[in-house]
Amino acid sequence: MKKIEAIVQPSRFDAVKSALQEVGVEGMTISDVRGHGRQKGHTEVYRGSEYTVDLLPKIKIEMVVTDSLATPAIQAILGAARTGKIGDGKIFVTSVEEAIRIRNEDRGEAAL
Amino acid sequence: MRRILPKLILGMVVFFGVLAPAAFPQTPANTTPVASPQVQDRLVKLEQQVADARSAGDNAWMLVCAALVLMMTGPGLALFYGGLVRKKNVLGTMMQSFILMALITLLWALFGYSLAFHEGNRIIGDFGYLFLRGVGAAPDADYAATIPQQTFMVYQLMFAIITPGLIAGAFAERMKFSAMLLFMILWSVIVYDPMAHMVWGKGGLLNASLGGAFPTLDFAGGTVVHVTSGVSALVCALYLGKRLGFPKQPMPPHSVVLSFIGACLLWVGWFGFNAGSALAAGSLATSAFVATHFGAAAATLGWVAAEWFRNGKASVLGAISGAVAGLVAITPAAGFVGPMSALVIGAIAGVVCFLMVTKVKGLFGYDDSLDAFGVHGAGGTLGALLTGIFAAKAVNPVFKDAQGAATAVGLIDGNAGQVLNQLVAIVIAWILAIVGTLVILKVVDLVVGLRVSEEQEVEGLDLSQHGEEGYNLEA
Repeated sequence: MKKIEAIVQPSRFDAVKSALQEVGVEGMTISDVRGHGRQKGHTEVYRGSEYTVDLLPKIKIEMVVTDSLATPAIQAILGAARTGKIGDGKIFVTSVEEAIRIRNEDRGEAAL
Repeated sequence: MRRILPKLILGMVVFFGVLAPAAFPQTPANTTPVASPQVQDRLVKLEQQVADARSAGDNAWMLVCAALVLMMTGPGLALFYGGLVRKKNVLGTMMQSFILMALITLLWALFGYSLAFHEGNRIIGDFGYLFLRGVGAAPDADYAATIPQQTFMVYQLMFAIITPGLIAGAFAERMKFSAMLLFMILWSVIVYDPMAHMVWGKGGLLNASLGGAFPTLDFAGGTVVHVTSGVSALVCALYLGKRLGFPKQPMPPHSVVLSFIGACLLWVGWFGFNAGSALAAGSLATSAFVATHFGAAAATLGWVAAEWFRNGKASVLGAISGAVAGLVAITPAAGFVGPMSALVIGAIAGVVCFLMVTKVKGLFGYDDSLDAFGVHGAGGTLGALLTGIFAAKAVNPVFKDAQGAATAVGLIDGNAGQVLNQLVAIVIAWILAIVGTLVILKVVDLVVGLRVSEEQEVEGLDLSQHGEEGYNLEA
């Protein structure tokens, strides 16, 4: 099992969600987050005072998928989230030891 | 039409009551036609009714204006300032405006009105109107002959409320609520009441129409309201010191949207402030209304143009700040200048106040958090000075010679001395504001302490001073 964490532009989120559903990803967890990578935000000016806003709003998608679904899911995210501009986000993939469904204690891939 | 109708009726009465009997001589010829007692009676009644009608019209307008000026404080100023602070201070900032609506009202009722508007010496009034004794339905002809003095009193109260409210912009986000209350009480008595008395009160040193030594033109409070509050704001900002983290830590407005709504309410309310200062519903009110609106419009464009040119973008906050700056600058001039002069005054104010808050503040490094000095102090001073230049007798023949003929008013009329009189008033307002505010700050600092603790400042005024939060979005 793999856990895929993808941080994407809020404007691309709907496209990413549809693309993931198309390749068969059944569950995901979404959070509104703020952060920056190399992109380093933008400046705002209020009555002459300049502020650099370096933490920009992003959406973080987390999902755990079977090993075989990991590659198509990553491809789906790449295809849907990319605008080609700086600030498109990142994808992190980690291995997951165990998954347990709380309702009936299904374990492993059956719990996904 | 309203003015013609009474005359027409009067004419008809005179004709039928006096001339008609003469034309049809039932009475013996060669005697001067004398109205019968009944006709005289009716004449007296008619005159009274005409006066009552005028008074009803003026009074209706002035009560609406009083309400409009109150609307400038809450919600106008509360929203304008509330949006400019960080979200942890939004309630504390709004409370600073709102509590004045209650606090100053109490002071005004007990003795404030008396100190400002009863005869006294040249600096301050005496206690003749203590507890509003004698302030009732009868007009005070020296101030406003056609409205009950109680209307005049409550209208002036709204000015006394908003003026200290403006200062709050300089000590936003760091002053104790208790200190703020004490400061406002003392400031209202020590700075506002004397200044109002000098400029508007009977026998005041600067009064233009009731025998002042330096007749100052201040139609709606350029010196009384904006110079005093703006300069006091600067003193507060310097005395209190900067907010924690200023200027390194970003402190952007938490909601320009709230400020936007507040500024629009201020613009509308300002018609009550300026046009209402005519104290009657006549053509002078119209003239002040137009000048007010034109000044705001030109200043908005002036600020936006200057900002666009310098920063490459025309911001919403810039546009609304420009409008307020223009309204401030046109305040002393509103009832003295024509529409074209109002456009010029507004445009100058928009650009000058933009430079004050973006350049000058940065040069000196003081933390006038919401630019109370940059907008009200600078704009008020500028407006008071420009009033001396642009005031025209064609708009308001406020100065008259011994024969009662209108004489030159401002510099454009040829009365260069008026600029000097305006300067005298400005200097007095600055000195009174600086000295008065310094003394008050010192006293309040000793009695209750001015600033919240560092922890409380980080936590925000909402929680530390009031025990609540402006936005419980998860509730």
